[in-house]
Amino acid sequence: MKIGVLALQGAFREHCRMLEGCGVTAAEIRKPEELDEVKGLIIPGGESTTIGKLMIEWGLMDKIKVRVEQKMAVYGTCAGMILLAKEIKDSSQPRLGIMDIVVRRNAFGRQRESFEADMTVPEFGPESLKAVFIRAPYIEEAGQDVKVMAKVHNKIVIARQNNILVTAFHPELTKDDRIHQYFISMVKNA
Amino acid sequence: MQQGTFRVKAGLAEMLKGGVIMDVTTPEQAKIAEEAGACAVMALERVPADIRAAGGVARMADPTIILNIMEAVTIPVMAKGRIGHFVEAQIIESLGVDYIDESEVLTPADDKYHIDKHQFKVPFVCGAKNLGEALRRIGEGAAMIRTKGEPGTGNVVEAVKHIRMVMSEIRQLQNLPNEEVSAFAKNIAAPLELVMEVKKLGRLPVVNFAAGGIATPADAALMMHLGCDGIFVGSGVFKSGDPVKRAKAIVAATTYYNDPKILAEISRDLGEAMVGIEISTIADHERMQDRGW
Repeated sequence: MKIGVLALQGAFREHCRMLEGCGVTAAEIRKPEELDEVKGLIIPGGESTTIGKLMIEWGLMDKIKVRVEQKMAVYGTCAGMILLAKEIKDSSQPRLGIMDIVVRRNAFGRQRESFEADMTVPEFGPESLKAVFIRAPYIEEAGQDVKVMAKVHNKIVIARQNNILVTAFHPELTKDDRIHQYFISMVKNA
Repeated sequence: MQQGTFRVKAGLAEMLKGGVIMDVTTPEQAKIAEEAGACAVMALERVPADIRAAGGVARMADPTIILNIMEAVTIPVMAKGRIGHFVEAQIIESLGVDYIDESEVLTPADDKYHIDKHQFKVPFVCGAKNLGEALRRIGEGAAMIRTKGEPGTGNVVEAVKHIRMVMSEIRQLQNLPNEEVSAFAKNIAAPLELVMEVKKLGRLPVVNFAAGGIATPADAALMMHLGCDGIFVGSGVFKSGDPVKRAKAIVAATTYYNDPKILAEISRDLGEAMVGIEISTIADHERMQDRGW
């Protein structure tokens, strides 16, 4: 099985490494036609404005939207989560806008306020998950169809809506591959 | 909850990978950079070409400039402080800047020591010409490395020399038996522990960007091919004929560096590139890459 990682800008290499570690083939995606070869897609952390602009300029925006509507599983971390959100607080930046959530950018603060935290995710059992938050967003509001999977400081940081998964933090910067395993099972069942 | 950990500091640099960080001196330029797709901006009083032309002592920018630029954009903002000037760094940190560049582009404040960067919550990027210099900076707490190049020249040759040197030393190191690593570390004057880590990883333990002399999309793509993770561009954009178009092209070239057809397309009709300076015409004492040790 092959899963794509959007490789316009950001931490795409770490996601590829993580996927390969889980026994899945990872493919860097820079052109629309490359999407045809993958069963799922990860949109990595990076700068959401940069990634959004490049997605439009190189014809990836519409193609990704169509694929997700056709039930391809997609997972967005940090900037990826912002790009998937229907509403971004105080911003009109380009986005896919396909998940029923309202997100706030840099919601925990600037780089100085970036942090690591341990959290419990009921789906993954009692063992806590180390999460790295870098200039991270959070979800302010989630629609009815959105399943909230975890919170940190009472803010929603993992959520799922059907075939769309988002995290406000960066599991690809740690050795814990449970989120990636979870996403791989979403891709398999899509 | 832990703030200011090395993972958090180095993590932001990971998020900047495959992107372009642009020098800006005004909020208007910062907006142009953001609009063109820069993944961060470097706030400073003058771009390197103007620092070179003005001469004299170059220092940290006025905090007002930095704050106005932070106000103007939502992407990360970096700012330059002088080598060894930990008070300039403290001031920059207090402003809430996302990254500090301990930069040889400014006049060094200390002729022997760099800043103890572990003492700060804000991450640092430092320049390096070779593996030893890179690892000394990482040992002091730098969470990101860049080539020095020869800033403000629009001439990429020195940046190429620096990345080639780092990559070639890494390859040499990987081929050494373990008993020879200690002597190698001594020769390049780098901490043994970090040298061992590089041997194991086959790369630097932090992100490594290109900087100094990048003036065209092709220059950016060349640096990516040679093993850089992303690009800093300074005078090359705002000293060119059409900064918006050139900035966009350099962003695209950093993403599509491996695709000559796309590079040919985005390199067309960019207007005048900045005037370049041949390195041999720069007097030794004016060479910025020789600052820092």
